[in-house]
Amino acid sequence: MGFVMDTLYLLKRHTLATVRIPIWVFMSLVSPLVWLVLYGQLFKRIVELPGFETNSYIQFLTPGVIVMLALFNAAWGGMGTLQDLTDGVIDRLLVTPVSRAALIASRVLHTALTVAVQATIILLVGLVMGARVPGGVLGVLTMLGVAALLAGGIAAISNGLALITRREETLIAVVNFFATPLVFLSSAFIATALMPGWIRAIARANPVNWAVQGARYAMLGSDWGAVASYGLLLGAFAVLGVLFATQAFRAYRRST
Amino acid sequence: MDAIVAEHLRKTYRNGVRAVEDVTFRVAPGEIFGLLGPNGAGKSTTVRILATLTQPDGGTARVAGHDVRRDPAGVRRKLGYVAQVSGVDKHATGRENLTLQAHLHRVPRRQVRERVERVLAWVGLTDAADRMVRTYSGGMQRRLDIALALVHEPEVLFLDEPTTGLDPETRAALWDDLVRLKRERGLAVLLTTHYLDEADRLCDRLAIVDRGRVVVEGTPAELKAGVRGDRVTLEVEQRPAEAAAVLQSLDRVLEVVPNGREVIARVLHGATAIPQLVTVLERAGITVQSVALQRPSLDDVYLFHTGHRMITDDLAPDGLGSGEERRSWAS
Repeated sequence: MGFVMDTLYLLKRHTLATVRIPIWVFMSLVSPLVWLVLYGQLFKRIVELPGFETNSYIQFLTPGVIVMLALFNAAWGGMGTLQDLTDGVIDRLLVTPVSRAALIASRVLHTALTVAVQATIILLVGLVMGARVPGGVLGVLTMLGVAALLAGGIAAISNGLALITRREETLIAVVNFFATPLVFLSSAFIATALMPGWIRAIARANPVNWAVQGARYAMLGSDWGAVASYGLLLGAFAVLGVLFATQAFRAYRRST
Repeated sequence: MDAIVAEHLRKTYRNGVRAVEDVTFRVAPGEIFGLLGPNGAGKSTTVRILATLTQPDGGTARVAGHDVRRDPAGVRRKLGYVAQVSGVDKHATGRENLTLQAHLHRVPRRQVRERVERVLAWVGLTDAADRMVRTYSGGMQRRLDIALALVHEPEVLFLDEPTTGLDPETRAALWDDLVRLKRERGLAVLLTTHYLDEADRLCDRLAIVDRGRVVVEGTPAELKAGVRGDRVTLEVEQRPAEAAAVLQSLDRVLEVVPNGREVIARVLHGATAIPQLVTVLERAGITVQSVALQRPSLDDVYLFHTGHRMITDDLAPDGLGSGEERRSWAS
């Protein structure tokens, strides 16, 4: 009870802050939109190669860009916690009986929600550019859910790293090192069948790839069995991320 | 029952900094108790232990009857904490900040609105309640900090360097608030400060902390009475070191510290000794330009018990755990 209410109170706080300074929500949309438009045009004819699940590249690309956006934004999620540490907000919260788990959960949920809103915007642009959604409303909602699930797991890890390292520089280095390669080691831009064998092997264990595949099959409405299994994998990934963040929070408490 | 009991607290941080070596004190309900000492003396760490933000390595502490280690949740329900770093949301209104804090402090939901209203009025922020905190002045933000710590009506209030970084006028206003707090609410207040005048003015009792230890404890009056002799400050035209040596040879002079062009002497019955001090110096060929006599201050108490002075002016507010110590050594 305390956990649920505390999470909602804190979620409201984070959300209000985001709504009042929405500039970051839009700034972080710019780069995915550029990818969507440029790649969508540049590689338009790539779907003529065999191996793509659809014959429209923009349709293939849209879920990929949505997941890329989810990954990038969630990866920076720890920055908010770092800011709260520096500003003394964490201490101000910790002297109350607030549920400790709610501190993490509210951050993770907030990132997942923000990503869902941004993903909707990307989807709308994709539709304008010619993408279609054979999966229907259920497909769209499932795709947003998949993106949010990945975002939750990644945000939890990012928050955990923030609590352990307590340095912006470290977080920036880690995100820059991992985020882009993780996208390219997935089927975000190119069909799995066209990947070199070694990348295909890595992609199979890459949560970003799970999310891309899950989101794409949901949007296409073509393979709900695959959507379910990728969803389960992502759920497990998110749980592991939250466990890591919780442990990191314990370590932080011990070290201060 | 005492509101705060700290016994032989000890804390070494993981980076090896021995912040608290041995701190023991008790605070009664309705009392303002001060921890006085320079930055890095261990005051903040002591407060963080009592506020359940950090665990002690040794010793025990109880706050409002709850053990900080065994029942931190019990402690948290009873405490209000004003940290050095404010921790308010600058991009939220004062009322939003207070409402969130009241919810998290488990104020019954139906009472939240009323409590927030009351505490806003108490700190004089009713008119500014719906403005973003970033538009507040330094003094208003500090008052909001205090309101945040009071919204759940705690039994014990911790104030960690509450006036550091405030201009003198705001400081004085805040002192009035704190006196009013004690008079009207009767809760136990633990205040840390490196301002001697603040400790003198606000604290019913205080402990002087030096390098992680309590060196002496008592009311400001008791502490000052415990220092023998008065402080005589002589400004000399030349050779302060020699002047110090000359004065040191007198029986009634207990201690002499040269301080730039001044010589500060602790002298028994200072008022009657002044003619003799001046004469002795003139005989040695040293001209005295001015003489000042002071009853012992807390600064003297500090010097007396620690052997070094506390430099309290122009201190920048120190961040948490930045253990840089700013002291000048008296001998």
